[in-house]
Amino acid sequence: MSQTPYSPLSGARTLPRLLSGISRKRPRGATLVAAIVLLLIVAMAIFAPWLTQHDPSEIAPAQRLQGMSAEHWLGTDAYGRDLFARVIYGAQVSLTVGVGVALATLLVGLPLGLLAGYFRSIDAVLMRFMDGLMAIPGILAAIAIVSLTSANLWTLMIAIMIPEIPQVVRLIRSQVLSIREEAYVEAAQLMGTPTLTIIWRHLMPNTLAPLIVQCTYICAAAILTEATLSFLGVGLSSETPTWGNIMADGRTFFQLKPSLIFWAGLLLSLCILSINLLGDAARDALDPKMQRREG
Amino acid sequence: MFSYFIRRLLTAIPVMLVVALSVFLLLRLSPGDPATIIAGDMANPEQVANIRRALGLDEPILTQFLLWIGNLLQGDLGTSLISQTTVSSMIAQRLEPTVSLALAAILITVLIAVPLGVIAAWRQGSWIDNLVMSVSVVGFSVPVFVIAYLLIQVFAIELRWLPVQGFRGLDKGLGEFLSRLILPALTLSSVYIALIARMTRASMLEVLREDYIRTARAKGLSQRVVLFRHALRNAAVPILTVVGAGFAMMVSGVVVTESVFNIPGLGRLIVDAVLARDYPVIQALILLTAGLYVVINLLIDLSYAITDPRIRY
Repeated sequence: MSQTPYSPLSGARTLPRLLSGISRKRPRGATLVAAIVLLLIVAMAIFAPWLTQHDPSEIAPAQRLQGMSAEHWLGTDAYGRDLFARVIYGAQVSLTVGVGVALATLLVGLPLGLLAGYFRSIDAVLMRFMDGLMAIPGILAAIAIVSLTSANLWTLMIAIMIPEIPQVVRLIRSQVLSIREEAYVEAAQLMGTPTLTIIWRHLMPNTLAPLIVQCTYICAAAILTEATLSFLGVGLSSETPTWGNIMADGRTFFQLKPSLIFWAGLLLSLCILSINLLGDAARDALDPKMQRREG
Repeated sequence: MFSYFIRRLLTAIPVMLVVALSVFLLLRLSPGDPATIIAGDMANPEQVANIRRALGLDEPILTQFLLWIGNLLQGDLGTSLISQTTVSSMIAQRLEPTVSLALAAILITVLIAVPLGVIAAWRQGSWIDNLVMSVSVVGFSVPVFVIAYLLIQVFAIELRWLPVQGFRGLDKGLGEFLSRLILPALTLSSVYIALIARMTRASMLEVLREDYIRTARAKGLSQRVVLFRHALRNAAVPILTVVGAGFAMMVSGVVVTESVFNIPGLGRLIVDAVLARDYPVIQALILLTAGLYVVINLLIDLSYAITDPRIRY
């Protein structure tokens, strides 16, 4: 506390750290269960066409709001669409967005963070810009960006990605700032190693462990944001089966038939929870220092 | 202290400039010409040109930016493209529900999360500690709208204790006001409770190791006095930080909660504005939120200096 830096958003910096330590004393089994749950969801997404004969977007007004049956395992929604098909196809969108956003944030954030950490001149300008981006709550930024274009998978991923970038840049930058003072970096500089080689061969690999951990949390956050946008009606078009869309559609008849919302909500929560728990496990495995301090 | 305050205030200026610039460019990047939208489908090119001139849209982009900033500094947030009313009056109309919701949620959070965190730290490793920590993991991962429907299902549909949705102002009576506020406020506080309970626990664990806590116990002070008067007071600073850091979560929570419970607040306003492509409203709301965020973090940093005499700048 005593060396609190006077950055306009010093408070904001503690949040990722806090969230990253969601469960300190986690029973070993929880990680295993999380891995199994996530694997099942991934399998469900990949094998969706084989798991159900129904088209998730096929409207059948005559069969609206049916209960569970052998034909419709989870019943049908207000348009007669098969709920089971919609829920399992919904996993495809969520996982694509989660993984896509995590990778894209990494690809954009890593070089920016390396440059900011190594070059003082870039640092000053870039970090002020990142501070500004961080001041806009992610969901509002995403909503605003989506409002510029019609939402398709690409614009949606970009809208979710942009607010996540500052966190990655900050993380990489702080890693680089501490590593660049190490003797081996100084040695490389004295030997005349080209700057880009130093950054890529000596600095970058040292940032990977915390970066991987951060990316799992970004993946979970992206899935949550996508679902929220869909739910609010500003995400992918409502025919697309996403967990957020399913829940938004189910709102009207929720009192009559809670299962319209229940299954998508359950899978969404389980998916995010498992990814967060796996992120914690990855952090413990990749960061021996952290383990020693907490264990 | 004073020079720290000034330095700290100065760092907020570039941040707000970046925010303003991003938000301004957002409108520029938007497809469709605002003048055409305002003029409507029936307008001829001359009318559109007139509106464009009236809005200053024919000026160079830098002039437009400066004009816009100048208007903002004078408190003019712009005019809605759809309703033609000023954005400030739209915001003023929607302020009461959102402020009541946020304050109620913060109150619930403090009343639930802080005692939970204190008890979890006091009984570290016990079943109650494990329970609090497990529930907080779930609290982080379950989306706000899922929690909202769980609460509605239990308290409004099964038990019929509370209304399903809607909002009544305080002027319609306290009972009406509170009965419609409880479920949304509980929903909104769910993420915050997880966050604050965790932080309280972590911060308390650190403080409880201090010598002065041992001294206080040795003096024979009661457990309650040690925990709440000696330990919690010193643990308060990090907890306060999280309140600021959780602001983004709060904003997201407000948007979703107002949508689920059909509350006509600022969160609904921005969703409606996005659906209607009402860019001035979107701009103003984002700018205000970011401004509020910067101010909250500024106040929190200053409160460190005031509450903790050990911090010197």
